[in-house]
Amino acid sequence: MTTPQIEIQLIASIVAIACAIPGVFLVLRKMALISDAISHSILPGIVLGFFLTHDLNSPILILLAALTGVITVVLVEAIQKTGLVKEDTAIGLVFPALFSIGVILIAKNANDVHLDVDAVLLGELAFAPFDRLMMSGMDLGPKSLWVMGVILVIIIILLFLFFKELKVSTFDAGLSSALGISPVVMHYGLMSVSSVTVVGAFDAVGAILVVAMMIAPAATAYLLTSDLKKMIGLSVFFGIFSAISGYWVAHWLDASISGSISTMLGVVFLAVYLFAPNKGLISVLYRQKQQRTEVSLITFLLHLNNHSEEEERHINHLQEHINWQKVRSKTVLDLALKNNMITIDRSIVSLTDKGKEFTELALEYIITNKDEKIEPMKDDFFLFRG
Amino acid sequence: MSITEYFDLLFSDYTLRTITLGTAVLGAICGMLGSFAVLRKQSLLGDAISHAALPGIALAFLITGSKDTNILLLGALVSGLIGTFWIRGIITKTHLKTDTALGLILSLFFGFGMLLLTFIQKQPNANQAGLDKYLFGQAATLVESDVNLMVIVTGFCLVIMLLFWKEFKIMLFDAEYTKTLGFNTQFIDVLITFFIVLAIVLGLQTVGVVLMSAMLLAPAASARQWTNKLSVMIGLAALFGAFSGVVGTAISASDSNLSTGPVIVLVAAVFVLASFIFSPGRGLLFRELKFRQNRRDLHLRKTLQLMYGIASTHENIAHPHAIRILNNFQGFTRKTLRKMEEKGWVTIQNQEWAMTEKGYSKAENLYNQLEENDDTTD
Repeated sequence: MTTPQIEIQLIASIVAIACAIPGVFLVLRKMALISDAISHSILPGIVLGFFLTHDLNSPILILLAALTGVITVVLVEAIQKTGLVKEDTAIGLVFPALFSIGVILIAKNANDVHLDVDAVLLGELAFAPFDRLMMSGMDLGPKSLWVMGVILVIIIILLFLFFKELKVSTFDAGLSSALGISPVVMHYGLMSVSSVTVVGAFDAVGAILVVAMMIAPAATAYLLTSDLKKMIGLSVFFGIFSAISGYWVAHWLDASISGSISTMLGVVFLAVYLFAPNKGLISVLYRQKQQRTEVSLITFLLHLNNHSEEEERHINHLQEHINWQKVRSKTVLDLALKNNMITIDRSIVSLTDKGKEFTELALEYIITNKDEKIEPMKDDFFLFRG
Repeated sequence: MSITEYFDLLFSDYTLRTITLGTAVLGAICGMLGSFAVLRKQSLLGDAISHAALPGIALAFLITGSKDTNILLLGALVSGLIGTFWIRGIITKTHLKTDTALGLILSLFFGFGMLLLTFIQKQPNANQAGLDKYLFGQAATLVESDVNLMVIVTGFCLVIMLLFWKEFKIMLFDAEYTKTLGFNTQFIDVLITFFIVLAIVLGLQTVGVVLMSAMLLAPAASARQWTNKLSVMIGLAALFGAFSGVVGTAISASDSNLSTGPVIVLVAAVFVLASFIFSPGRGLLFRELKFRQNRRDLHLRKTLQLMYGIASTHENIAHPHAIRILNNFQGFTRKTLRKMEEKGWVTIQNQEWAMTEKGYSKAENLYNQLEENDDTTD
């Protein structure tokens, strides 16, 4: 690995961490799309800032552009407050308009501005190591490394200082006001931090991919844990992993680094979406199937419990009377047999003692509407699940 | 080329006519179908879908090697639909919320698309240029067959919309009720969503993936301000859409540096702003005027009430009183007094006012009305 390669990976990882932390709170507060809106609408701020400072890494430009981001949030909320359109439409109207202004400003001043539309969308991570910070002749490393590094340090300090406040205002706005922590202040604080992060990351990964850096690691982590600290840790891990693996994929394909970072984020999300324990797609589908069979089983046992006459308990009766498909009745019968809840004697089904006990309990819980007790009860009685 | 020149050329120049017709049709269909997106609170779905269409375009090019618009748009349609259904899958099968699902699909698909685009650009193949026009759109690349395609799709959408008008309408306003009536809500839902995806894909060439969602939303959001009737709203949205398309194209054609997408979006945004402010009934200006009107009326009534109170203590109601004594009353201004004089409620002479018969009976009725209102509210 050459030095620029290491530096690129370092910058990408720092951007990933800096985006992942506010991203977690945005996802939890159901404001993920605000990051999309901010990342688009800072463009006119960046262009105007560039006219003033002529340096993409200047702190003034970053603050100016971040201000545009906060203005977007205020504007969206103002439009929403008029009641003329719904919140989602308000977001959808504001950011394309601001982004269009930015694009037109760039196009109109293409000769003066060292910015092109491709860079706006993709960033220029590959060139980041060439723009170096020189101080009295000393080479201190790439400028964007310093910019993002400072932003990251600020984010981490703020996170540690306000962790409790952020947590309570995210999960219970009412409680947080009662405790004297203004949810509004936390809201705008988070919005400002997000804006600054987006602006800082914009240079490296571009307008739209910064959204991926913010939302994807947090969403992936959210599928794996419900613990806020673990969620932050996991999303930082997913961010760094995708940043570094994405770099090497881009190296291998000779394609855009930020594009491949977000592709890697997508691959990680897809894998977790499919295979996450408890919350993944496969596990959800499996659990739904299991529950369907088990509900059928309880229905069947209740039926047996209600009828002593033989014709109601004949095996074939299940298909005619309860109107189940052949496969389904077989699954249910097998499950009941395996769990020693029924005996089958010359095609006549009867409840065993265990089956009776189970049915009585199930009946009681159903009547008293204590659904939550059925799951632990299943654990007590079932040798095999559906 | 200046804008006036543009309009001069419009009727003589074949290319210009094609482009203008194309953007007009596109604006119309986007406005039409966008109305559904806005009313269903799916405004940002359009944003996600349009971004999600990008990898489809790139993959279609990689697989077929052809730059035929129809093939590329077919790829965009497929990938847009995959994105849409994945969003649904995330929302229904996991605990992630709508906004997260939209943001995820939007950014991940777009990132993948950009990866493919940059990958294509590095390929040793002279044919690859021009795919990036799908990012911000270039109306100038529209040819007659593209416009024909748009017209056909618009016609198709119109027919389906008229056929399913009742179902669409009831679905928009009360989905639960629709279900209880026995309509297949899932089918209608998929049909509407499919149409939204279709409209977006059609617009990619002209407006581009990045800003397509605004093209869908803006005309519908403006139209919403002018009416409360669905059919009128769809018609107006189509009109606004077509108009923004044509004006946007005209402006961007007059300057070679400008992509069509951003300009059309800005024109549409101006429409939205104008509608927000000037629409009668809902608009901000109207609302402010009405607010002031109400306040003035209230002040007038309060003054009248006070005068009535003073006048009724005298035997002769027309007994003059000094204007001075009204001054400490909140609702009173010179303007109110002049207005009351105009209405013939009071007469004014040398800094004194006197109540007329008309004003007295008016005030009496006012009082009665108030009392009646009090009774009913109790």
